[in-house]
Amino acid sequence: MIAELGHFTLITAFAVAIVQMIVPMIGAWKGWSGWTAVAAPAATLQALLVAFSFAALTVAFVTSDFSVRLVVANSHTDKPMLYKIAGVWGNHEGSLLLWVLILALFGAAAAWFGGQLRPSLKARVLAVQASVGVAFYAFILFTSNPFERMALPPFNGEDLNPLLQDPGLAFHPPFLYLGYVGLSMAFSFAVAALIEGRVDAAWGRWVRPWTLAAWLFLTIGIALGSWWAYYELGWGGFWFWDPVENASFMPWLIATALLHSAIVVEKREALKAWTILLAILAFGFSLIGTFIVRSGVLTSVHAFANDPERGVFILLILGIFTGGALVLYALRAPVLQARGVFGVVSRESALVVNNLLLAVSAFVVFVGTIWPLVAEMAFGRTLSVGPPFFNAAFTPFVIALGIILPLGSILPWKRGRAKALRPMLPVAVLALAVAGLVWAMDTGQSLGGPLGAALGVWLVAGAAVDLMTRTGRGRWSDRLGRVTRLPGADWGKALAHGGLGITIFGVAALTAWQREAIEVLQVGDRLSEGRYEVVLTGVNRVQGPNYVATRGDFAIFDDGRELGTLHPEKRVYPVARMPTTEAGIDSGFTRDIYVVIGDPQAGGGWAVRLYIKPFANWIWGGAIIMALGGLLSLGDRRYRVAAGARKVPAE
Amino acid sequence: MTALRRALLALAAVLAMGSPALAVQPDEVLADPALEARARDLSKGLRCLVCRNESIDESNADLARELRIVVRERLVAGDSDAQIIDYLVSRYGEYVLLTPRADGSNLILWGAPILLILIGGGVAAAAVTRQRRPPEAALDPAEEARLRELLDD
Repeated sequence: MIAELGHFTLITAFAVAIVQMIVPMIGAWKGWSGWTAVAAPAATLQALLVAFSFAALTVAFVTSDFSVRLVVANSHTDKPMLYKIAGVWGNHEGSLLLWVLILALFGAAAAWFGGQLRPSLKARVLAVQASVGVAFYAFILFTSNPFERMALPPFNGEDLNPLLQDPGLAFHPPFLYLGYVGLSMAFSFAVAALIEGRVDAAWGRWVRPWTLAAWLFLTIGIALGSWWAYYELGWGGFWFWDPVENASFMPWLIATALLHSAIVVEKREALKAWTILLAILAFGFSLIGTFIVRSGVLTSVHAFANDPERGVFILLILGIFTGGALVLYALRAPVLQARGVFGVVSRESALVVNNLLLAVSAFVVFVGTIWPLVAEMAFGRTLSVGPPFFNAAFTPFVIALGIILPLGSILPWKRGRAKALRPMLPVAVLALAVAGLVWAMDTGQSLGGPLGAALGVWLVAGAAVDLMTRTGRGRWSDRLGRVTRLPGADWGKALAHGGLGITIFGVAALTAWQREAIEVLQVGDRLSEGRYEVVLTGVNRVQGPNYVATRGDFAIFDDGRELGTLHPEKRVYPVARMPTTEAGIDSGFTRDIYVVIGDPQAGGGWAVRLYIKPFANWIWGGAIIMALGGLLSLGDRRYRVAAGARKVPAE
Repeated sequence: MTALRRALLALAAVLAMGSPALAVQPDEVLADPALEARARDLSKGLRCLVCRNESIDESNADLARELRIVVRERLVAGDSDAQIIDYLVSRYGEYVLLTPRADGSNLILWGAPILLILIGGGVAAAAVTRQRRPPEAALDPAEEARLRELLDD
């Protein structure tokens, strides 16, 4: 019964979305205020209906209702409650339902907080947002119904993919989707502005918080996924340039570019057309990401769905929305006139370079991701494009971006002179000195280590100097007092930029200095790598709720001093018939000790791998700091949604 | 042919799951550290054919283990890195290489970053240096009328 109700409310939401797509659009066109007024209540109603539908599916999972096919395929009565809930979106149909739920919630949020928007713009934004919803409701209802019943319900389910039964991954998809779908707001604003033929500072001020929120969620989602891969896949890799990872990374890169160009629109009324284009591209890449993940067209570690018919449907959605928006863009962009003119040496120019590097790097990732498909279809070559290509092609962009970032961030708007860069001189000297020191200390003489250290120092110290220059002149004690009272946006900027530096350093350090040792250990044997040592003290069988595990007990030592114990496991999930590894990790500030237990060997003993991973946590720590920066910026009163949205910019 | 290969790979992946092993096994490691280091470097650039986007260095599949052993046997026999790669490509096709070769149509792939940054950079430079201040917006007739109205008051 509840499943049918969920299905019914989903269909009703589809109908409401159709109304919301058509009526306000005509109302805004003809100037009929009664018709435009339909948009806001329709958005609210649509969100309520789809929320009910999502709740109905959740109930089916929580109560293990095995008359619903989706629950059978993805759940089991023994599964812990957290993963019963996570199982709702741990599959194709449920994740699409989550997608439309978030889409509708964003639309409703725009209706609730959009009181100060021009009524015509608000109606058009909500109509465009609803049109995206209509496409996805149709996709769910016609190809991927989550509420399909079984004629003969089995006694139990087939369990969720064990790799997904992990706290890190349980929350990874919702965050990613909040990011992906959040970018639909920027898209709706862009298309609505193109239809209106008007983009001004108020538009920029509106788009920025939505983009910032989407970017924030995307950052957290990507970091969670990377962290999960690090501890779950058993060898401590954190980024694989897998098509599915790239699918989330490309929108992130474009969203980052959009975030920065929207600042230029808001503050200087320049780069309008480009910002609109980025908003379209950002959501376009979200749709491409959905296509890659949901169609399984590019095989990858995470492809849980493999269905060409669905792929064609999403391709159609992608073509209609991105293609349609781009055509509209080509027709209307010439109308958008820039008002602010800027010099070659200026903050605006630096942000143009930022946008150029981010957008081009996103396209490089895109080319590498789809190249196997193109090569097979166009040239008849079956080939792989793996991490070595992406590392070689992408890293130069990160380095270039890292180098210009602190310089651009202190250049004045409109017209600057090289003199303005003087405060960064000591930072550059410091960064080079650190690079030299690291080079001298590094026995492996790798290039990545010193380079990463220099970029990290350059970005973190650069962000600090940037923050201090905002405090004006005067004595240092006064300026230090003032720095705490700077607006949230200034702190947000500094944190986000510094966080990037920390992440870059973490990636470089881990790649350059990670060490490993592999050996067969009997109980009582030792394995050492550098100053660290582990002793296998025992191996037990452990019965989990829905798995059995072989658990190793290890004592770990640093220079002979005991640090504690680690318990890596090798689990087998009998229902899903799949093994997983649970690494034992001793997390430290400057290094992780990462122990994995393997198979029993023919001659007795167990295969054991010990990794020393320097500065591993800095990778995700930096991402958290970046997200925190986004949050602070979002909380800045000056940028709160709607604040001053109607004000004319000071020119 | 590719559909068949995909199906076989999927089947092999399912079979491989039955016998989980860790990536590089202790018994595979070569006694000579220099050769072992070369083996690891080579392994990182070779695709595990039955896995999804994993190198044979990372993979737990049986086939990956076999390939790791083949690489090491060849190294011990004195082959150069290039010879080993050529041998594996002749056996499994260029699909086995995680670093696509920079030849033929792949030049498009390898040239893309340079080409894109040049085009993008050119467009951006032109846009920045050729900006013109927009003419002060002339008022449209309705605004003119309103302005007169206000002035007349």
